[in-house]
Amino acid sequence: MSLLTVKNLSVRIEDKLIVDDVSFDLSERERLSILGPNGAGKTVLLKALLNLIPSTGKIGWSPEARIGYVPQKIDAEIHLPLTFNDLFQAKCSTLRVSIHDARNVAESVGLTKDILATPVGHLSGGQFQRGLIGFALIGEPNVLLLDEPTASVDEPGEEHIYELIHRLQEERNLASIMVSHDLSFVFRYATTVLCLNRQRVCFGSPRDALSHDVLEKLYGESVGFYAHDHHVSVSQPVQS
Amino acid sequence: MTAPEIYSLVLVLLTALAAGLVGSFALMKRMSLAGDVVSHIALPGLGLALLFNMNPLVGAAVALFCGTILIWRLQESATMTTDVAIGVIFTAALAIGIVLTPSEDLIEALFGGFQSLTPPWFAIGLLAVSVIVAFIWRFRHQLILSLFSPELAAATGVKVSRLNLYFLLVFSLTVLLGLRFLGAMLVGALIIIPAAIGRQLTHTLSAFLMASSAASVLSVLLGFTISRFYPHFTIANVRLNLTLGPAIIAMATILFLLSLLRKKI
Repeated sequence: MSLLTVKNLSVRIEDKLIVDDVSFDLSERERLSILGPNGAGKTVLLKALLNLIPSTGKIGWSPEARIGYVPQKIDAEIHLPLTFNDLFQAKCSTLRVSIHDARNVAESVGLTKDILATPVGHLSGGQFQRGLIGFALIGEPNVLLLDEPTASVDEPGEEHIYELIHRLQEERNLASIMVSHDLSFVFRYATTVLCLNRQRVCFGSPRDALSHDVLEKLYGESVGFYAHDHHVSVSQPVQS
Repeated sequence: MTAPEIYSLVLVLLTALAAGLVGSFALMKRMSLAGDVVSHIALPGLGLALLFNMNPLVGAAVALFCGTILIWRLQESATMTTDVAIGVIFTAALAIGIVLTPSEDLIEALFGGFQSLTPPWFAIGLLAVSVIVAFIWRFRHQLILSLFSPELAAATGVKVSRLNLYFLLVFSLTVLLGLRFLGAMLVGALIIIPAAIGRQLTHTLSAFLMASSAASVLSVLLGFTISRFYPHFTIANVRLNLTLGPAIIAMATILFLLSLLRKKI
């Protein structure tokens, strides 16, 4: 069943066309990755799907869709006296769900009581990111929208976050739309990939859609990417 | 003390409590200077009301309401010129207010004073404090989400723009309550200094809110005591003129300086 149908979606910001006539579907448990260079409109597309910015075209969420959102970065004041305890409680109260939901979530993303009670400005990048993922999971979503969830995490931590997201998707049967720069992650975990450079450049399973030509079109020739018959290795994550 | 004076004292203490709560959220929302902007906008209304022999607080309330809507619209437009527009509007409002306000009322309009209250005005004041405290209690979770990340709050279903308007209105109501005691120049300080003290002493949200409110109430109590019993304090042959508004803010400032010495709890 389709959770989301997007048809001819365009987003203009101050007369500049950022996303141009993009269409795609998302089914239950599908893992869609959005790839594209800087300024390709990936974050804008995600925000349009969340109805955070105005757009034209059709964004049809199924009535069963419950969305969790993990933003790219939070410009929170570092000195805010807020903890993830406060934030989890605030979300539970806003969605009118039991606080038990938050406790289960905290456990499944590996947030200890100490971390939950630490002001957000004092947490490490990885802890903060786990907090944001936990925040997104409150209210039992069946689809996660993630915008570069490892952007503020150092390299070894990145792997843990990807593993965590993957495990949560398996355990909770989550569909997802993830903006990611990491091609190896896309090949390992995504079922579908949408290449975006203002317009839709490719769409399909990573193996079929991400041809050498497509990647070159997206990123230029400097991409260190090698695809062999049944094995894909990536010499370095694509930085866009 | 007479009964109307007691009403007045009770209301100024409750106003301080409300100012502590509202100020804490204003500080977290990085709206520290909004108190000054809003209170200055009250001045032309206050001056016009005095000119036409109306209750000055009614004039201030109308001006505050219009000013609040204006600031909200400017915030929403979020253009580069918002800061400039707010800066121009509030200094212009101050100038126009001073031109309009009759000179015999000017000092009180700018710096406040202690006046006795009739029971109906006391009741209206109590209602206003109840509205402010009830708003903060009812919307605290949505406020927390929106100050952490407006985007995340919106994605969670919080109507952020409407919440901002409500908060600004409650903020202006707090300014209005404090206006008669502290005047247009000083009321902003009662909102922001106690919150700065609370922030200095605490690192959890509930402790912050409590400390800000306590600091605000304590400043008012100390300021009231000094202005009532030692209004013409003399230090080294300098005669200090401690009327209520300046005395409260002077006490708040001393508490703030002391808070810089303390460790967080």
